[in-house]
Amino acid sequence: MIATLSVVERQVGLLLSVLLALVGLVMAASAGYGVMAVHGSMALVLGIALIFAFSGSVSDPEPPADRIYHYYDAPIRFGIVMTLIWAVIGMAVGVWVAALLYWPEATPAAPWTTFGRLRPVHTTGIIFGFAGNALIATSFYVVQRSSRARLADAVSPWFIMIGYNLFSVWAVTGYLMGSTQSKEYAEASWYADILLVVVWVTYFVLYMRTLARRNEPHIYVANWYYMAFILVVAMLHIVNNIALPVSFSSDQSFPVWGGVQDAMVQWWYGHNAVAFFLTAGFLGMLYYFLPVRSGRPIWSYRISIVAFWGIVFFYIWVGSHHLHYTALPYWVQTLGMTFSVMLLVPSWASAGNAIATLNGAWHKVRDDATLRFMFVAAVFYGLSTFEGSFLAIRPVNSLSHYTDWTVGHVHSGTLGWVAMIIFGAIYTLVPNLYDRSQMAWPRAIDWHFWLAVSGTLIYVVSLWNAGITQGLMWRTYGSNGSLAYSFLQSVEAMAPYYLLRTIGGALFLAGAVLCAFNCLATIRAAPRGVEAIDRPLSPQPAE
Amino acid sequence: MIPIQKLHYNLEKVSMGLVAAIIFAASIGGIVEIAPLFTIKETVEVPEDLRPLAPLELAGRQIYIREGCYACHSQMIRSLSDEIDRYGPYSLAAESAYDHPMLWGSKRTGPDLARVGRKYSDAWHVKHLINPRHVVPTSIMPVYPWLMEELDTSLLSAQVSTLHRLGVPYDTSQLENVKTDVLAQSQPDSDEAEGIAKRYGKDVAVRAFDGNPEKLTEMDAVVAYLQSLGTRTKEPYKILSEKPK
Ligand code: HEC
Ligand code: HEM
Repeated sequence: MIATLSVVERQVGLLLSVLLALVGLVMAASAGYGVMAVHGSMALVLGIALIFAFSGSVSDPEPPADRIYHYYDAPIRFGIVMTLIWAVIGMAVGVWVAALLYWPEATPAAPWTTFGRLRPVHTTGIIFGFAGNALIATSFYVVQRSSRARLADAVSPWFIMIGYNLFSVWAVTGYLMGSTQSKEYAEASWYADILLVVVWVTYFVLYMRTLARRNEPHIYVANWYYMAFILVVAMLHIVNNIALPVSFSSDQSFPVWGGVQDAMVQWWYGHNAVAFFLTAGFLGMLYYFLPVRSGRPIWSYRISIVAFWGIVFFYIWVGSHHLHYTALPYWVQTLGMTFSVMLLVPSWASAGNAIATLNGAWHKVRDDATLRFMFVAAVFYGLSTFEGSFLAIRPVNSLSHYTDWTVGHVHSGTLGWVAMIIFGAIYTLVPNLYDRSQMAWPRAIDWHFWLAVSGTLIYVVSLWNAGITQGLMWRTYGSNGSLAYSFLQSVEAMAPYYLLRTIGGALFLAGAVLCAFNCLATIRAAPRGVEAIDRPLSPQPAE
Repeated sequence: MIPIQKLHYNLEKVSMGLVAAIIFAASIGGIVEIAPLFTIKETVEVPEDLRPLAPLELAGRQIYIREGCYACHSQMIRSLSDEIDRYGPYSLAAESAYDHPMLWGSKRTGPDLARVGRKYSDAWHVKHLINPRHVVPTSIMPVYPWLMEELDTSLLSAQVSTLHRLGVPYDTSQLENVKTDVLAQSQPDSDEAEGIAKRYGKDVAVRAFDGNPEKLTEMDAVVAYLQSLGTRTKEPYKILSEKPK
């Protein structure tokens, strides 16, 4: 990091590190004990470590003066490494919680090993840690390449990367210690939420400033998606997390929203976290890496425009499909259902556009496992958006809601689409960023591919069975007019599916671990000093 | 090029234009669906007999949140006949009016708890929470033996005041007696026990929930909370009996 910064930038970095240490100190001192004190100490230690790193090298030589004509890739390398670390953590915890539903006493009883605390560690670790780092890192890559411009600043990318990961660490360690707001995917405590706002505003400013430097008249479509991701996630995060702290020296807070309003705000947030975090951002990734890897231009530019605006406009309406038959007013449920069905059009337009882009490159899909990851991602994107629209239909939802069908659906999207496109992008990026022509172990990509596909299929198919069985058992009446099954019977019926799901998840995790080692080997094989080398701006547009 | 294409062609060159267009397109749905919920009768009306949680129950709710019970249990009975038969009258918006945050949940790995209050004895809950498999051999719920530890009430007054500021109608006497009430609710024989009924109504359970009135434990709080679920207003039962089923 530091070698790529100019002396002035190092001084700014030093200043920010001092600030971080001070914030940590104030937090730790005012809280005294408990979660906030631990989090304050973490910030303090990180700040002090950064102070040492900076002060030891303030007077080192300046980076080359012509760096402005080169891409700035060092923060991207950091982001990719963080992506891999979070992938392994998040998925390992996923397998762990999956196992707990089959062997409830698999791990020694302690507060932090219970399902209720670990589940948000899985969701946050994987959504924010794994998916978020991948999005930020690839967005830095894509915005530079597609604009043929260097990132507008050298300090803020590091501020974003480090701040964002501090947020994620605060969040997951908080849950382990019992600190949570209980709002799904927004469980982190109020001060972590504030940190994320600061990071996010910096991210937005950096992105816009970089776009402003572009040497291309047009903003490439991948960037629109990344912009939608940045903007709408900011809006969602702020509104859903508005809360009143119980005291400024404690992690406890109460959301200002309550009851039915809270439910609507939460699922407006929750579903659009899926839409703008786990979909829009990744479509940006797809629209860049798929054409690059396959060597084919996007099939239809016009469809990409229509699909983009369709997704941005329709998605915001659909959150209420999480609240069918609840105390939410009927007309809001109906709106959610209607827009969910309409959403299929732009979703399939995007998926179809991606698959049609591969026309003429099918031999590459056959031979290149990396491209196959992207292809399968597009297919699963199509499948899970179809399933999603279907599940949003009120009578279907009466069967599926609250059951494992939803969890199966979620993972067909997250394993099949999100994780696959990330792996495709990683296998494209890592050799490129470390000056290699290919990954260290090309065969391992194939292995990973088949582990991932079989893991996903086992996971999804077993939970379809689980969910439908559950839903039917809950609603079946016996001939005497009373309910045929007790709740407990439906719990017992889940055992084989939960076991299968754990196995599927373990396969998927094995693939991710293989990917991490493959990347490690590739990084190790990189020429010395590659970290500090920036690639010159390309004379041609990247796509 | 048709005009709209031309418009978009030009929009693609103006980054702030794209920003404005995205914010505009992504705001409409949320505004239309959320804003009315703060005004329409169906979602803002609160039944007269709805009471806020007593301090001990609130402490229990915070533990319920801390332990992530909501990850496996919903508190929202949908208006479907099998759910009504299984769990009781469907949940009303008004019932969670004082809930910050709501705990409707999204996954039923375990059964809905919206009306679990008074379904089991305190002793059953205590045994069940210490190890669910002692009472339900095939259960997959986690064990919570550490709930027998002492309850930390240092933040409770501040918590009640914060909720009050957010609009939960705690009155002055309730706000002033948080420290007394939290203890008294688990000590039925103490002098302060009557205060609970006075301040929160006579339907509030005042018992040594974990069997030991000497020590105030997290278990007292959780069980008090569980026993309060679905009992804080009679409105849902009224509505269900008025309507032909
Ligand atoms: C891994 C998911 C899981 C978690 C987490 C969980 N439960 Fe359960 N719970 C279950 C299952 C499954 C049952 C049904 C079997 C049984 O009665 O044990 C159940 C049953 C119950 C019941 C009995 C409901 C009835 O109507 O029979 C209560 C009360 C309960 N849980 C309370 C809690 C509380 C309080 C917590 C948090 C401290 C909690 N549960 C956490 C899965 C879970
Ligand atoms: C190794 C693979 C994985 C395994 C074994 C796994 C396992 C699990 C389990 C057991 C749950 C809890 C389900 C329940 O409450 O019954 C869960 C929830 C969830 N997981 Fe995963 N997971 C994996 C990968 C992923 C990935 C890659 C993502 C996202 C990119 C993801 C996102 C989610 C989300 C969003 C939920 C919440 C679902 C809901 O509330 O309906 N998971 N996962």
